[in-house]
Amino acid sequence: MASPLRQFQIEPIVPIKIGNVDISFTNSSLLMVIAVISVSAFLMLGMRRHALVPGRFQSLAEISYEFVAGMIRDNVGSAGREFFPYIFSLFMFVLFGNLLGLLPYSFTFTSHIIVTAALALTVFIGVTIVGVVKHGFHFLSFFVPKGVPVALMPLMIPIEIISYLSRPVSLSIRLFANMMAGHTMLKVFAGFILTLGLLGGWAPLAMDVALIGFEVLVAFLQAYVFTVLTCLYLNDALNLH
Amino acid sequence: MSGDETPSLRELGERLKRAREREQSGGLSGGSAGPKLKGLGLAFRVGVELVAGVAVGAGIGYLTDLWLGTKPWGFVIFFVLGSAASVLNVYRVMSAMKFPPATAAPNTNDDEDDD
Repeated sequence: MASPLRQFQIEPIVPIKIGNVDISFTNSSLLMVIAVISVSAFLMLGMRRHALVPGRFQSLAEISYEFVAGMIRDNVGSAGREFFPYIFSLFMFVLFGNLLGLLPYSFTFTSHIIVTAALALTVFIGVTIVGVVKHGFHFLSFFVPKGVPVALMPLMIPIEIISYLSRPVSLSIRLFANMMAGHTMLKVFAGFILTLGLLGGWAPLAMDVALIGFEVLVAFLQAYVFTVLTCLYLNDALNLH
Repeated sequence: MSGDETPSLRELGERLKRAREREQSGGLSGGSAGPKLKGLGLAFRVGVELVAGVAVGAGIGYLTDLWLGTKPWGFVIFFVLGSAASVLNVYRVMSAMKFPPATAAPNTNDDEDDD
């Protein structure tokens, strides 16, 4: 029987090698391309007719737009509106990555920490640059907590800096760990279905059905959490506390 | 939606103004997530937040030791600082969540959600 972790194996589809660097087109890359294409198709086909009274797909597209726009408005305010394209792309990419990974025989690229770390670092570095560009040298005051006695500053400033540096770590670990744990659990229970056979196999089967529902929820939720945190970090950088 | 009559310009302007006001005040819970989703998202956040700070602190400490050859001190000090940072992070997350009294919904807007 295949190991429950077998599903996370990266397999090259088109092996490409430049020097010593392996840049093969893998199953992970394939799923990313599929995610980008399906997001584009979802939005373009949805808005093709742009009727005043939306149809099914158009209202789905509009709901996702409204959802992210509302998130930015609530968490960043109107200053965050210029970052909408980036945050929306991020949300849709993570969401479709999570959801496509739930299909049988597919691959969940968000279950690899290198992918989520790259996304989180992009957010982290981008947000830091936004803060520095907007506030210049004054951005450093972000690390000086207000209302703290001067004597405690040597203690508080390192803590603030570590707290800031832990952001991309927590952002990437959260998404990757949730996706990986959920998919592993699904496979473990699926393995029990066959070994227990007709007699007891229905119990893990029922469990898997429930877990699939839970995983759909987690897929949405993790995309939401990732995006909401991006908004919060952006808000910190724009408004400095 | 009874769109059988075209609204007059004045009416349209009024609606536009109201929409802009909503936009500015950041009210309008139309697009935002429900409280349940927010609570569950918060639950997922806090646990990882607690680990990440400690991990970053320990990592910095370990690298400092490798760099300066000050074994165990860098690790010890930064581990403690990292733990403090993670608790601070959790504290920030929780205090940003303003717990509403009982189940009074935070969005007590009028029923203007026909977008």
